Amino acid sequence: MKGLVVDNLRVEFPGGERSLVPVDGVSFAIGANECVALLGESGCGKSMTALALMRLLPEGARVAAGHARLDGQDLLDLSEQAMRAVRGGRLAMIFQEPMTSLNPVMTVAEQIGEALAMHRRLTGAAARRAAAELLKAVDLPPERLDAYPFQLSGGQRQRVLIAMMLAGEPEVLIADEPTTALDVTVQAQILGLLDQLRRQRGMGLLLITHDLDVARDMADRVAVMYAGEIVESAPRDRLYASPRHPYTRKLFAVLPRLDRRGERLDSLPGRVPPADAVFPGCRFAERCPNVFARCRTEAPAAREVAPGHWLRCHLEPEEGRPAAANPGSGDVVASVLTPAPTPPSVESPVLEVRDLAVHFPIRKGLLRRVAGRIKAVDGVSLSIRSGETLALVGESGCGKTTLARAVLRLIEPTAGESWLDGEALGPLRGEALRRKRAKMQIVFQDPFSSLNPRLRVGEIVEEGMAALLPELDARTRRDRARSLIDQVGLPLDALDRYPHEFSGGQRQRIAIARALAVEPRLLILDEPTSALDVSVQAQILNLLADLQVRHGLAYLFITHNLSVVGYLASQVAVMRAGRIVETGETRTLLTNPREDYTRTLLESAPGRNRTRAGTGVAG
Amino acid sequence: MKPVILWSDALLFLMLAVILLLVWLLRDQESLRAPWRRVMRGRMGAASAVILAVYVGIGLLDSLHYVERLPDAEPGQAAQYSGEVRSALDALLTPLREQVEKTYSAPFATHLYVKEAVTGPDGVDIRDYPRLRHGGAHLVDPVAGFWPDVTWRGLLGLLGGGVAWGLLWLTLGRSPGSASPGRSAMWTTLLAMFCVTGLLVALAPHYHVFGTDKVGQDVLYLSLKSIRTGLMIGTLTTLIMLPFALTLGIAAGYFGGFIDDVIQYLYTTLNSIPGVLLIAAAVLVVQVQIETHPQWFETAAARGDARLLALCAILGLTGWTGLARLLRGEALKLRELEFVQAARAFGVRHARILARHLLPNVMHLVLIALVIDFSGLVLAEAVLSYVGVGVDPGMNSFGNMINGARLELAREPVVWWQLAAAFVFMFALVLSANLFADSVREALDPKAKK
Repeated sequence: MKGLVVDNLRVEFPGGERSLVPVDGVSFAIGANECVALLGESGCGKSMTALALMRLLPEGARVAAGHARLDGQDLLDLSEQAMRAVRGGRLAMIFQEPMTSLNPVMTVAEQIGEALAMHRRLTGAAARRAAAELLKAVDLPPERLDAYPFQLSGGQRQRVLIAMMLAGEPEVLIADEPTTALDVTVQAQILGLLDQLRRQRGMGLLLITHDLDVARDMADRVAVMYAGEIVESAPRDRLYASPRHPYTRKLFAVLPRLDRRGERLDSLPGRVPPADAVFPGCRFAERCPNVFARCRTEAPAAREVAPGHWLRCHLEPEEGRPAAANPGSGDVVASVLTPAPTPPSVESPVLEVRDLAVHFPIRKGLLRRVAGRIKAVDGVSLSIRSGETLALVGESGCGKTTLARAVLRLIEPTAGESWLDGEALGPLRGEALRRKRAKMQIVFQDPFSSLNPRLRVGEIVEEGMAALLPELDARTRRDRARSLIDQVGLPLDALDRYPHEFSGGQRQRIAIARALAVEPRLLILDEPTSALDVSVQAQILNLLADLQVRHGLAYLFITHNLSVVGYLASQVAVMRAGRIVETGETRTLLTNPREDYTRTLLESAPGRNRTRAGTGVAG
Repeated sequence: MKPVILWSDALLFLMLAVILLLVWLLRDQESLRAPWRRVMRGRMGAASAVILAVYVGIGLLDSLHYVERLPDAEPGQAAQYSGEVRSALDALLTPLREQVEKTYSAPFATHLYVKEAVTGPDGVDIRDYPRLRHGGAHLVDPVAGFWPDVTWRGLLGLLGGGVAWGLLWLTLGRSPGSASPGRSAMWTTLLAMFCVTGLLVALAPHYHVFGTDKVGQDVLYLSLKSIRTGLMIGTLTTLIMLPFALTLGIAAGYFGGFIDDVIQYLYTTLNSIPGVLLIAAAVLVVQVQIETHPQWFETAAARGDARLLALCAILGLTGWTGLARLLRGEALKLRELEFVQAARAFGVRHARILARHLLPNVMHLVLIALVIDFSGLVLAEAVLSYVGVGVDPGMNSFGNMINGARLELAREPVVWWQLAAAFVFMFALVLSANLFADSVREALDPKAKK
């Protein structure tokens, strides 16, 4: 068969007592002009599969079994020298991080030229002509040939990387999360480009992603991975219309969306098992809502339940049906509704911001004279009431985070005024400002850098209380820390452990507990779920919704993810280049935007064409 | 006999007292004890700790100074004291200190290293290697008697060391629940140390184990005496340097702006002056001060000691720039991290952020840098002594030993033992310090596997 056929691939890290097996028995095929998406949460072995195909496995890992045939030739049998000709030639790969996958001291022409010299034996003027053609293929002007990576934006770099990979005229292109680091509008462009190139050149495309909507937009077939195995694989339309595996169904059910407002998101308890776990039965048994005795003792084999639809599950299709017909109500939790968002109250807003501006001076020359200003935030006004969520949406670099820090007075605003509970923040200095900080808190994006690795969780949670509520004695602080840890759903012994012992989602819970410890009125959430897997994101969103109801918190929710906005926020403000371009009630704004920019954002979001492409997700 | 406390002794014992006090005060803090227990449980940590402890023990013994009371010239006169300050170590090593040969002799030699005119038994003057005054002097036939004597004494020494170790093990080593790789490594290292000590105790009074130097002093004795100088320079200098490096480095990185500018200006200026010249100039100034005020110092030892302290201070005041720059870079990175931002959002005060959030997160760097500096300082002392601006020439130090050995390397046959002895002692010290710091860093790192 033409294209790439992967058969029973198994990757392991041989270890003394226990080998790690990140990829176990993965099989799939990519024909010419076909796009297969490998879908899964982090740690399920997607990237390791790609690296094994490229024979670029990290130190210590090896392919223990299986075949990967490209046009009938087994890549895993090739000598390293022969493999070098294949890599970047017949089989090419683009990586997630466009910032680091280009060499910063080489121009675009040199980088593409390297690939051309290696795979097409082109040098000199011929190579330059070919490089210009490749740039044209990825919609970059030929002037960009002499640019260095730092002169290019993230999307342009990703285009250059794609051009480099096209230099060897690959039969199959592997794209490992190619757009995860990019903004939605750029993501839409890059995905469109990949799709167009695949059709033009008849390449096979292996798209590795964690984003269900991206997979739906791009793929012909989708393979869902869990704990190193492909648990379900089916043609795109079939998979999205009638997912069979409980894991796949859960993945769909945990997605926050506008039409799930006010519902509790279905949640997937637990986390992806570690690579050294030993599974006597089904790998998903621990988290499966439909688990029964056989699942725990016997590992299910992949079987074809319908033409082209493979499934690794003991459940018979009939048994699976009822849940599929009415997903979300599978467990009791899902049907519990949080109280409807508080109706617009007449009380004064918790936070009121008027014409806030943050300008950074650009200094030049020996005397560091101010040569210009970067207007990171340029006259922003907004207000949030108690129990209400305002979502601040915008692409990276639009000033969202700067605005948040200026509201918190972590950065001094250049102009404008803000009021917290009716009290002006601007004139506050020193001790008065310090006191006021208890009323406004923040939860950051990266759960790994937001907790000091050298402090125990207990100390982290108590830190704010010690600084802002000195009237509490040590015992009261300890008691309150225990109650908070309990509220965010962590075991009490967590207090005596260090942050690195927790997963990303658990760390985010700790960060939320820390912020709540000083009883704030306003909580700024700076992309709190964008570093998390979708199933964990659902848990955190549920937690945030609960806490808001319980404490009457006002949320300023900063995000670029529009589906989360639709689910959680009551008001939305769209920000661009330091200004708010449009603001309004969520449902109105998302369904009927007035500004062009808002429309572009909405249209770029993956999964927009879900109504066109399929019958819509069940539920 | 009257105890004498030199300034460096006072500092050393003060430091020791502070450490012991801290250990006593914090003895119940489980979170602080656990990492140290982890260090001692590891093979490398336990073994290097034993070796370091031996070095520190020798250094401490050498810091208990006293002066001998001279025999009364006339009865009834006020007691007169010798001008020569000795230490407890000197007292222990009296045979080594007093058995001075004429000049060089090789390790375990029975004859001098250079030919001299000797009167033979037949009364004729010939040029030959004369017998040593002390080394192997008890041998009747130095050629035939040498190997049996050395073997016999060596075995006896090993046996003695082994028995002493066995007794110690029987009293202390069989406590229950003590099975860990660290324990066995510790006892193995101790066994090795006991055997080496036994060998030296048995052999050193009768032979010059490491030979003798130009004026006939025992090189083993010189090496043991040099340990204190090395430790003093290493620890005192890092202690002086540390506050500067920590506060200035972290403050520069964290506050940025004007404070950063000032601190950077300071260390760039310091760095732009050639280090050795700066130190040489400062040492010379101090030296002139010392020499023009002989009345400040009662004994030669006190003078040498003042010079050692001055050297430590100067090295410390000029040596903080490297670590400070490292810490500034790290603090620049950390200050942008979100946990520091979160602490600021809590209104935590700057001093507390520096102490709680920045300092613990740079400690691994500090620890590594300190040990590298410690090793570097022990070696720098040698270089400075070579230039002539190191410790007092009368003071025993590895630098002075190497400096003395330097010219003799050109001799044929070569005089190698002084250099070798200094090398062996410095190597063991620096290596065990490095390995120990490595284990400590690993144990203190919360991310490391337990």
